[in-house]
Amino acid sequence: MVVAEQKPIEEILVMVADFNKVLLTGCKGCVTVCCSGGQKEVGILASALKIARKKEGREIEIDEITLERQCDPEYVDQLEEPIASNKYDAVLSMACSVGPQYIAKRYEDILVYPCLNTTFIGGALEHGVWAEFCQACGSCGIHNFGALCPIARCAKSLMNGPCGGSAGGKCEISPETDCVWHLIYERMSRLGQLDKMGNVVMFKDWTSSRDGGPRKMVREDLKQ
Amino acid sequence: MKAGSKLEKVFAAGHFAVTGELGPPRGADAHHIHEKAEYLKGMVESVNVTDNQTAVVRMASMAVCRLLLDMGIEPNLQMVCRDRNRLAIQADLLGASALGIKNVLCLSGDHQKFGDHPQAKNVFDIDSIQLIAVLKKMRDEGKLINDHECEGIPQYFIGAAVNPFADPFEFRVTRLKKKIDAGVDFIQTQCIYNMEKFHTYMQQAYDQGLTEKCYVMAGITPLKSVGMARYMQKFVPGLDVPEEYIERLKGVDKKKQGDEGIKIAIEQIQEMKETKGIAGVHVMAIEWEERVEEIVSGAGLLPRPEVS
Repeated sequence: MVVAEQKPIEEILVMVADFNKVLLTGCKGCVTVCCSGGQKEVGILASALKIARKKEGREIEIDEITLERQCDPEYVDQLEEPIASNKYDAVLSMACSVGPQYIAKRYEDILVYPCLNTTFIGGALEHGVWAEFCQACGSCGIHNFGALCPIARCAKSLMNGPCGGSAGGKCEISPETDCVWHLIYERMSRLGQLDKMGNVVMFKDWTSSRDGGPRKMVREDLKQ
Repeated sequence: MKAGSKLEKVFAAGHFAVTGELGPPRGADAHHIHEKAEYLKGMVESVNVTDNQTAVVRMASMAVCRLLLDMGIEPNLQMVCRDRNRLAIQADLLGASALGIKNVLCLSGDHQKFGDHPQAKNVFDIDSIQLIAVLKKMRDEGKLINDHECEGIPQYFIGAAVNPFADPFEFRVTRLKKKIDAGVDFIQTQCIYNMEKFHTYMQQAYDQGLTEKCYVMAGITPLKSVGMARYMQKFVPGLDVPEEYIERLKGVDKKKQGDEGIKIAIEQIQEMKETKGIAGVHVMAIEWEERVEEIVSGAGLLPRPEVS
């Protein structure tokens, strides 16, 4: 899933400093799963903003709505009625950054602000801890690395690791970061594939990655 | 001969080779380089010029290499994959060749987290092993990565680094072999202090015939003080400084710790000369260039051989 985390409240307060009435929108997709932008978090952020503004002596009115998904025009359409019938100064989105962009595209005349920082494609390690697993390079080759991704999980995206900074299974950049190449070594060793790890892996073609420009996927069979 | 550099010729003639190292300044002062380099002249075959080492911005390695050439000192151009993509790398390599640079050391590069611009975007389009392959292809096939033929084929003596003390230890010799498979001609190791572990590593490399396929130079960095030794022991990933050396430094007057460090370095070099598969030493006297002569001379390695 796409993992995101809420921006510091101070940053959001600066965004809404000049506003008296805003619409705060959540998303029931990935950000609900990673506990950053679902209905519950929308409620908590709205309360926190209102309390902070009350303290400043300038109350703010915040309406709350959580859409099925913000990355789908069908659901973003549901904002039409509230936006049309209220004089909102802005719409705040608690989706990953796709959400506010969809809202901005659909509602051309209203200011849109992101309340989350979209962090990575990943998953939960334990309750309350998430980690990056994929960099969306567009040409998956993890089967060559024990089904672990060195592009996303090695600090240098090495194709022929581990580098000289691997110590005790950890990466030199932080004792909190596993050396993925150590994990690859252990797994390929268990699978009897160490000989494969001795082969030089040559240059990666990054055209399918962001380097090739903004990407688009077309399924002719589904197009209308 | 691959490139006919002095370093290559010294190896080819069967001599025990010595290289040094010079870190460019964090400014545009060329005078400073001349001063430091003067200490290395005649002491070593060639001098590594670091490339934004520890991810700190410094004068470009290639420019300093050219300054060394002008002084009659042979440079080893260090090149990291952190700061340039394959276009810039190949362009720089062609330029280096045109400037008369023959030795190139291929490195991944320290992560920018450790440097003076931790906010920077890193590149790592290719890695250090792929970089070796780039140089080999340019030199042996006269072609760029995309198979475009070079007009004017560059000649390189291709170097790389290894850290025998990083984990997993059992994979380290395989990784050396990967560098050889990619086309490396010479290797300089990380600074060595744990001689026992290093001998285990070298024995494996020797047994697998790898030391026949490239020249391995042992990395030597003299310890200046107990403080420096402790710092390297604790904070430099993959560096293994045994207590024994720290005790020796502690055993002498604080002002004499540097002398003791030089003595240790000389002993290490003597031991390296007797180690199977070691073809030379790479002396990294960090900001201590003025003591290099003492080390090289103390190890009985002066005068350096004349080759033509």
